[in-house]
Amino acid sequence: MPGLTNSPGAAIDVARKQGNTRPGMEKFGIGQAVRRREDERFLTGAGRYIDDQHFANLTHGAVVRSPHAHARIVSIDTGEAEAAPGVVAVITPDVYFAQGFGPIPAMTAIDGIVEGTLNHPPRHALADATVRYVGEPVVFVVAETKFKALAAAELVTVGYEELPAVVDLAHTLDADSPMIWPEAGSNLAFRFEKGDAAGVEAAFEGAAHRVTLDLVNNRIAPMAIEPRGVVGEYDAESGTLTLNVSGQAVHAQRNQMAAAVFKVEPDSMRVVAGDVGGGFGAKNFVYPENILVMLAAKLTGRPVKWISERSEAFLSEVHARDHVTRAELAVDAEGRFLALSVDTIANMGSCLSTMGPVVPTAASWVSMGGTYVVPNIHMSVRAAYTNTMPVDAYRGAGRPEAAYIMERLVDAAAFDLGIDPVEIRRRNFVRDYPYSMPLGLTIDCGDFSGTFEAAAEAIGLDGFDGRRAASEARGRARGIGLSSYLEVTLGMPSEAMELRFESDDTVTILAGTHSTGQGHETAYAQIVHETLGVPFDRIGFRQGDTAAIAVGGGHGGSRSLKIGGSTLLRSAQSVREKGRAAAVHILDAAADDIEFADGLFAVRGTNRRIGLFELERAVREAGDLPETVAPTLTTVGRFERERHSFPNGCHIAEVDVDPETGDVDLLAYVIADDFGRIVNPLIAAGQARGGAVQGIGQALLEGVVYEPGSGQLFTGSLMDYALPRADTVPDLPVGFNEAAPTDTNPLGVKGAGEAGATGAPAAIVNAVLDALKPHGVRHLDMPLTPEKVWRALLQG
Amino acid sequence: MSQIHVSTTLNGDPVEYLCEPDETLLDVLRDRLGLTGSKEGCGSGDCGACSVTVDGRLVCSCLVLGAEAQDREIETIEGVAQGENLHPLQQKILDHAALQCGVCTPGFIVAAKALLERNPDPSETEVRYWLAGNLCRCTGYDKIVRAVMDAAQEMRGA
Repeated sequence: MPGLTNSPGAAIDVARKQGNTRPGMEKFGIGQAVRRREDERFLTGAGRYIDDQHFANLTHGAVVRSPHAHARIVSIDTGEAEAAPGVVAVITPDVYFAQGFGPIPAMTAIDGIVEGTLNHPPRHALADATVRYVGEPVVFVVAETKFKALAAAELVTVGYEELPAVVDLAHTLDADSPMIWPEAGSNLAFRFEKGDAAGVEAAFEGAAHRVTLDLVNNRIAPMAIEPRGVVGEYDAESGTLTLNVSGQAVHAQRNQMAAAVFKVEPDSMRVVAGDVGGGFGAKNFVYPENILVMLAAKLTGRPVKWISERSEAFLSEVHARDHVTRAELAVDAEGRFLALSVDTIANMGSCLSTMGPVVPTAASWVSMGGTYVVPNIHMSVRAAYTNTMPVDAYRGAGRPEAAYIMERLVDAAAFDLGIDPVEIRRRNFVRDYPYSMPLGLTIDCGDFSGTFEAAAEAIGLDGFDGRRAASEARGRARGIGLSSYLEVTLGMPSEAMELRFESDDTVTILAGTHSTGQGHETAYAQIVHETLGVPFDRIGFRQGDTAAIAVGGGHGGSRSLKIGGSTLLRSAQSVREKGRAAAVHILDAAADDIEFADGLFAVRGTNRRIGLFELERAVREAGDLPETVAPTLTTVGRFERERHSFPNGCHIAEVDVDPETGDVDLLAYVIADDFGRIVNPLIAAGQARGGAVQGIGQALLEGVVYEPGSGQLFTGSLMDYALPRADTVPDLPVGFNEAAPTDTNPLGVKGAGEAGATGAPAAIVNAVLDALKPHGVRHLDMPLTPEKVWRALLQG
Repeated sequence: MSQIHVSTTLNGDPVEYLCEPDETLLDVLRDRLGLTGSKEGCGSGDCGACSVTVDGRLVCSCLVLGAEAQDREIETIEGVAQGENLHPLQQKILDHAALQCGVCTPGFIVAAKALLERNPDPSETEVRYWLAGNLCRCTGYDKIVRAVMDAAQEMRGA
């Protein structure tokens, strides 16, 4: 891509410019397209995901779920199930609530929640007298095999008294709506306010134009290809509960379950994850099944496994997005933005999941306004309960919603004012950095217009009119859609990363972050290799075990490279300094005479030298060391985020619409990203593309649908819920703009994981609406199914 | 119900096992034979993570009964590499980093291998349509498609 680094070859040039030219560094250092070390086991079928692991004496669990969206439980008869062949235990609500467990916690300490509006009812692993969504766990059955457990679960008879249900955000806050938590008096979970309402109102009053857009950010399902799965174990002797989980945040899960649910010391609980087959946020959280398998293991004395079936995943894994928003933009006579007003109703589902309240609030305001100068912003959110599965963080979590609002609103402004969408963006980009956003954060750096222009050149924006004419000649409508997105790296702000020197001349990275396919095993090793010169194959990696790793912030918010990688860099730098002090002692030299290169400490001008591993053995074996020398090079580094970083970029989509069918053909798609310094372009580009296709899926195909009234889930299988497939998408060229380095962290990275899903939805929707513009269609809500597009063309 | 005795050929080796009449080939492979490379992503034939070949024909092993393997030749991901040597498809997927979490990867490799065995020179469109039976939620497919095209080219040259 012109002006950008978009291939391994180009990235090598960038790395060299940064002075990265020492021998050996070309292959495995920072900036190199290093092949992923984790891949060989995945390629040969040797990955160890939760369902691939062996547990002796294992039993299997099945969940009896509510068939109703809202009902009182009147009776539960487990007699037949308990007598069924192979049944080991049946956990009813009576059994569960006799344990004295606390509710599953959720994050509600959020600045901006309007005082007195928080309504946070308790959520437990099994329903307590009332079920509030289809699929809510009611009884847990444990048997010798999975099929025996499923068969016995069928024999549990639950009597229900049905209650009226509401699944629709547009009606749940109505005064006559069925009440999900009647004790609160309404379905409002909380209200949230941010920004200067009076200032925004004044700006609108003085503005030449008021652009108003009502839009829906559709409810979607994360759908990692490996379903959720857990195995609970209990060691009666030590009293230790162990959760083996396909999960992404073992320390947070351990801490939350120990403190809030089981009410035990964290040390008496272990959470461990092997290979994880994708998560995208959804596997971060404490789910009912995670608690149930541990309780069942304790009650039966045997390991208990539960693996979600795909249909169960639709019912019981958190959903995402599901916002209804009225957004308004004040624009002056020259097409410059003056103020933004956002009024959102956010669906929480039937109760608050772990990070559910954070998504439409703290994780969304941070990037509101996007890549443009918007002097005044006000945001108001009403979070609402419905009789649906709880909603929580999924790739981007709040920032895709903010990006979608802004990028759709900019196109609506262009539509209303008769300005070209390219031109209106050029007029409003932030161009002076640092830029203080009106809601409080400061964008330290960026090159928003440069990144935008690179993407425009890559897709051939100048030649678009000709291509449109060619499409029209074939009876098709062609459109191009721009999306200049802003992301903010979030997640747990601090990390500890250990570099442990082993006795076999290797060094192990013990990471508190969690890779579920993001290639940490490789990218982290590149950082260590670059800093310490240790051979790449002598760097080990371990993650995801609370027994082996003391603390960890896990996965989320595109944090791993920025927070984890920076922490690791600090660890490696500390090792170097400790090594230098040790070398002074062991080589008997003056500190100023010690040089370090390629893993060797040398005394300047002599042939005396010692490698890191040799040095480690020397300090370990040395009887008496001076105070200046540590007895090992093993080091735990720490880093805490002080300032946010702002990944950003531009997605451009080009589509052809068949007016006869409404079918949208995605012809071309380009991505230009500013992720700061690129540690591994292969991995970074994979993140950009994979995220983009999730966003493309949201825009064109995906939507979780509950039937109004009954609250039944219509989209309960992969036949009903469409995921993007290989024939949905074209090639996805990616380029990186590294012209705006950030100093918000020592590694100089901005974060990459969520950007794709943040940028893509608006690019697709803007492209389709550009194609429909001659037909007078101003807005359509996602997903843009052929039926929806076809109907719009008929009515347009 | 009594168990069924099955004799079959698995990755070139003769294999015998007992299975339940209603047990899927996927469960036999994973739970009885210890071959966990084939994954269950849906159990309904929608995701392709359990792809294997039966007498050279690409199938979802979650939709085939273990008993149906009698006198067949079954090939799974575990039979794709020759000892330490990766198959060109595996090598190209590695070179392109055309995988992330890896859970769909065995199914893609088995499916792509079946494609190249019947069509050694597929167009990109043919690759995309053939692989449309395999879901990947991480990569966006781009690099998988490119890796398969590259492997096809290399295999034609070899």
